[in-house]
Amino acid sequence: MESGPGDEKTHLPSPTLWPIGFAIGLAALLVGLIVSWVVVAIGAAIAVVFGLLWVIDLSHAHGGAEGEPPPVAEAAPAGAPPEAPAEPAAEPERFPRNRFLEGTTLGLGALIGGLIMVPSLGLVAASGIEGQTFKDVDLGPLSNFPEGQFIITTFVEDPAAGEVSRRTAYIRYNGLLGELPSFTILSNRCAHLGCPVQPNGPVASKPSEVVVDKQGNVVRKLTPAKPAGFGCPCHGGQYDTEGNRIAGPPVRALDRYEYSIVHGRLVLGSAYSVAKVKDTGKDAKIKKELLHNPGQHVEGPEAWLWPIPEIRT
Amino acid sequence: MADPGDPDLMAAKSARRKQVEGMVLYPLDWLEERSGLVGGIKYFLFRKVPGDTGWAHTLGSATLTAFIVQAITGVILAMFYKPSPDEAYASIQHITNDVTFGWLVRGMHRWGASVFIILLFFHMARVFLYGAYKYPRELNWIIGVFLLILGMFEGFTGYLLPYDQTAYWATVVGMNITANGPFVGTLMGQFLQGGPAIGSDTLARFYSLHMLVAPGLIFALIGLHLYLVIRLGVSSPPWSKEAAGDEYIEREEPPPARAGLVSPATRQRPQP
Repeated sequence: MESGPGDEKTHLPSPTLWPIGFAIGLAALLVGLIVSWVVVAIGAAIAVVFGLLWVIDLSHAHGGAEGEPPPVAEAAPAGAPPEAPAEPAAEPERFPRNRFLEGTTLGLGALIGGLIMVPSLGLVAASGIEGQTFKDVDLGPLSNFPEGQFIITTFVEDPAAGEVSRRTAYIRYNGLLGELPSFTILSNRCAHLGCPVQPNGPVASKPSEVVVDKQGNVVRKLTPAKPAGFGCPCHGGQYDTEGNRIAGPPVRALDRYEYSIVHGRLVLGSAYSVAKVKDTGKDAKIKKELLHNPGQHVEGPEAWLWPIPEIRT
Repeated sequence: MADPGDPDLMAAKSARRKQVEGMVLYPLDWLEERSGLVGGIKYFLFRKVPGDTGWAHTLGSATLTAFIVQAITGVILAMFYKPSPDEAYASIQHITNDVTFGWLVRGMHRWGASVFIILLFFHMARVFLYGAYKYPRELNWIIGVFLLILGMFEGFTGYLLPYDQTAYWATVVGMNITANGPFVGTLMGQFLQGGPAIGSDTLARFYSLHMLVAPGLIFALIGLHLYLVIRLGVSSPPWSKEAAGDEYIEREEPPPARAGLVSPATRQRPQP
């Protein structure tokens, strides 16, 4: 039966209440993701049951009400006997060679399309799969970092990428821990949505020390500061001097950097995430987590919503 | 003075008139006979609409016009813009301050973006409040939703292109919101920024998405949207006196475009 503009009959399913149950099930499932596994299971069961009932309802309405002949199967198997002669064939008779050529054309087309599209889309998608990497950055002699005050350190993370990889870290020397120097190195990337956090309080009591390479590019800039904490200009997240969140929307503490000391120079390593730091300075107890995007929890039940860290190597 | 009713004068006039008409119509008929375009355009433009359509029904065309303005001004801006982190901001300054009427075209594109989104929402509100999304037009609503998403995506990607501080950090925030999607959020965020961190690839990627991918999809979906509008017709307002459930009246076959001038002779099936 051809349905064209002249076919004025509406093909609408009758009103049904099943979708409400389906929606309640989905909502319970989502709430359960945060609350408990039991709620997830109950929600999933409700959603599946009501979804099935809905689908059954729809298929009844579609098949039964019209009294239309069932639609002719589009691709009957090649070997099947022809349809009953009572029903005039909608299409002219097809021969095996005809079908073969159709299949070959479609198959070859799909093959050629795939050969073109797979590498192209793969190239585009690869950028999402590679994961974050960090290069070691030399931040100069330890004498740059007097004990007990933050040095706002701006550096180029990857010289090959250039100016777009300029990053800032807040670095504080905590004195010796046993025999080794202890540093607190906070990333300035807000743990809410990644804006640059700023030190709260006076910044430049002394002029910045600027290190320039032979071409005159700024390699790093060190500015002393004694902030009372850190604040984000975008949405008002506030952190204390250990990088712990004290107010606003951030979901965890500021990220930190690993460091090493090579020939008396401070070398910056990879960044890592921290949920919350206990104690302060060199006594701080830090549970290191893999680096995660801003806004993602790294601890507690929410954390499993974000199983993929930024660094994946 | 000649008598206007003089049959000789009438004949002369109509002969000249016919000649002029022929000069105008000949190319049209030539085109119509070979492509059917004239009839197609007439079918598109002179289709029947309900008698009580009003200004609210023009919002869709207004949105389309806003999009065309964006497309044209965008193409012109692309002739001057340089999508690299070192040059992007300077090239925007160049467009605004040095290029003749650059400030105007950039301003049209910048403000036109807001106009486009606002008109989209007005059009959407009209369709919703008039109930024009109902059977059989549900699919057109769904296409419209995709157009809305693509329009917003254009706004998001276009915002980075001036590459000033506002653009940069707004985009950082936008990409981190994407990265907060559950489970695959991190991958999506890094896909959007073209690598593990925001960098020089991000700007080029946003430029490509902004001027090639999204506009192409929008053009294609607008085509589909209009096809469905033409196929299904414009819906009456809810207060329409012409009740929607009237008997369907089989209308007479409309005369073919340019009937009688170029219609080829009806072909007869060869008799056995």
